[in-house]
Amino acid sequence: MQHESEIRTPLILGKKSYHQITEDIVRPIEGKASKLWYILLTIASLCFLWGIGCLAYTIGTGIGVWGSNNGVDWAWDITNFVWWIGIGHAGTLISAVLLLFRQKWRMAINRSAEAMTIFAVMCAAIFVTLHTGRPWLDYWLFPLPNQFGSLWVNFNSPLLWDVFAVSTYFSVSLVFWYTGLIPDFAMIRDRAVKPFAKKMYGILSFGWGGSARHWSRFEEVSLVLAGLSTPLVFSVHSIVSMDFATSVVPGWHTTIFPPYFVAGAVFSGFAMVLTLLLIVRKVYHLENYITIKHVEYMNIIIIVTGSIVGVAYLTELFISWYSGVEYEQYAFLNRATGPYWWAYAAMMTCNVISPQLFWFKKLRTSLMFTFILSIVVNIGMWFERFVIIVPTLCRTFLPSTWNMYHPTFVDIGIFTGTIGMFFTFFLLFTRYFPVIAQSELKTIVKSSGQEFKEKAKHHGH
Amino acid sequence: MSKVVIHAIYDDEEPLLESAKQLRSQGFSIKDVFSPFPIHGIDGVIGVPRTRLAICSFLYGITGTSLATLMMWYMMVQDWPTDIGGKPSFAYYMNVPAFIPITFESTVFCAAHGMALTFFLRSWLIPGAKAKNPDPRTTDDKFMMVIETEEASKSVIESILKGGATELHYK
Repeated sequence: MQHESEIRTPLILGKKSYHQITEDIVRPIEGKASKLWYILLTIASLCFLWGIGCLAYTIGTGIGVWGSNNGVDWAWDITNFVWWIGIGHAGTLISAVLLLFRQKWRMAINRSAEAMTIFAVMCAAIFVTLHTGRPWLDYWLFPLPNQFGSLWVNFNSPLLWDVFAVSTYFSVSLVFWYTGLIPDFAMIRDRAVKPFAKKMYGILSFGWGGSARHWSRFEEVSLVLAGLSTPLVFSVHSIVSMDFATSVVPGWHTTIFPPYFVAGAVFSGFAMVLTLLLIVRKVYHLENYITIKHVEYMNIIIIVTGSIVGVAYLTELFISWYSGVEYEQYAFLNRATGPYWWAYAAMMTCNVISPQLFWFKKLRTSLMFTFILSIVVNIGMWFERFVIIVPTLCRTFLPSTWNMYHPTFVDIGIFTGTIGMFFTFFLLFTRYFPVIAQSELKTIVKSSGQEFKEKAKHHGH
Repeated sequence: MSKVVIHAIYDDEEPLLESAKQLRSQGFSIKDVFSPFPIHGIDGVIGVPRTRLAICSFLYGITGTSLATLMMWYMMVQDWPTDIGGKPSFAYYMNVPAFIPITFESTVFCAAHGMALTFFLRSWLIPGAKAKNPDPRTTDDKFMMVIETEEASKSVIESILKGGATELHYK
């Protein structure tokens, strides 16, 4: 058994046996849903329905019902797409990158972070597929042999790279998440009393039995999938950033975008994980598993990535001044002092200044403060994407094309709808799926559990 | 002589590992071990060979790279060498930077899904498959060792298991 340094704080609090962990994790699934859950589900699904209505209206009437115009032809649609994709990235980071770095604290949070990835990518996919004028022809994006003399797609376009990147990202994340869920589903199957539940979890668990051979393969699959997901997550958001970076638009044509977008994605993703987990740990009484230490670790990642984002903002400003290109200089002057100065100010305050507060230990270990700040960061990162897209497009090369952008209720409605969809799915997930990877958690009880750590101390190890 | 299957149940992974080592040193073979989480070190003791899934994954990955390269060469250079925004379409190498993102994604796609599918099929984990653990408690907090042996050696094995196992069942 692995011996762990005494300096490390326990990751599992209280006196937890293997069986106790099982009990704690299946409680939300086997128990009855609370009133709060039903209320939240109703609100979320109503928002979701409203979003579906707005989408149907868009498809039926035309993209003109949005606020986008000839100059600003990308606005809330792509802002929300990049925002959602960015949120999804923390899930993969937690489950893949932290696995490669053997970070044990990931075990309590990886399951819900991966679920968050899946649902966030689904929301993002809505925007890319339905911001087209003729979404019923979206299948033309795939290089399928056809009756037009086999007319193919153009592989030079980053929007086509997006199709490949997002679909690969979604499907690989789904498989990674599902593989991890199999032993947990088997655990629920084996203790289910009701025949229907037993049947359902029996199908979901694929007949998993936990034999040594299967575990050996399972661990290899997890490790290789983590090794594949890590470059995947970096490439996906880099490809998303190339939608802008490969253009000729001043303010977009920069080489810093790929790493800067990825850092921003991790930053906003971790903020969203915190927002969700702070509620989940409270409502489902998982305080012994998702401890203050976990929150602190995530906050440290927020400081690191927030600072990278801050450096990127300053680099962009410096380079635009240093370039001597007046269009480039004006693009940044316009962001800071133009008609959307308030969006730029909101982005700077929320993303650069506010995460620096986490340098204070008192603040980064305060749950209330973390919760508020995690929401602030998500607002800030929404504004970052908005600032990159809208103010840039409303002031490009020709002054005669300068105009303004105002979202309509449909733009807002679709965004609200995706938030509703995300929470609908997430709420259902917390009720029917194990929110913590119990089979992983059980491997660290004896090295990082509070009880075992204290016992080891007494024995003078 | 008739065969006996012994199911030995443990409360913890360490005594199981200890008994497994003793059984192996006396020349008995262990058929399988069922546990709620991976027991590190068990593979060497009960003789589970290292899985070759990673090699499969590599092969699927290079298949993905080749397919993507072939596809984009055929569609962009061979079939319709069109001028799209001044990009050179005369030879594959001339426009290769634009093909890298999709080549990369395709490599990851094939490596990940190919390996996952191989894992599921090789372990026969498919929707609707029968639960493979003989005792349902082994996905919660019990650990089970399955030993297949001759009737004669039953008592020797029993004496080894006596220390750690909490229950013994015969089939």
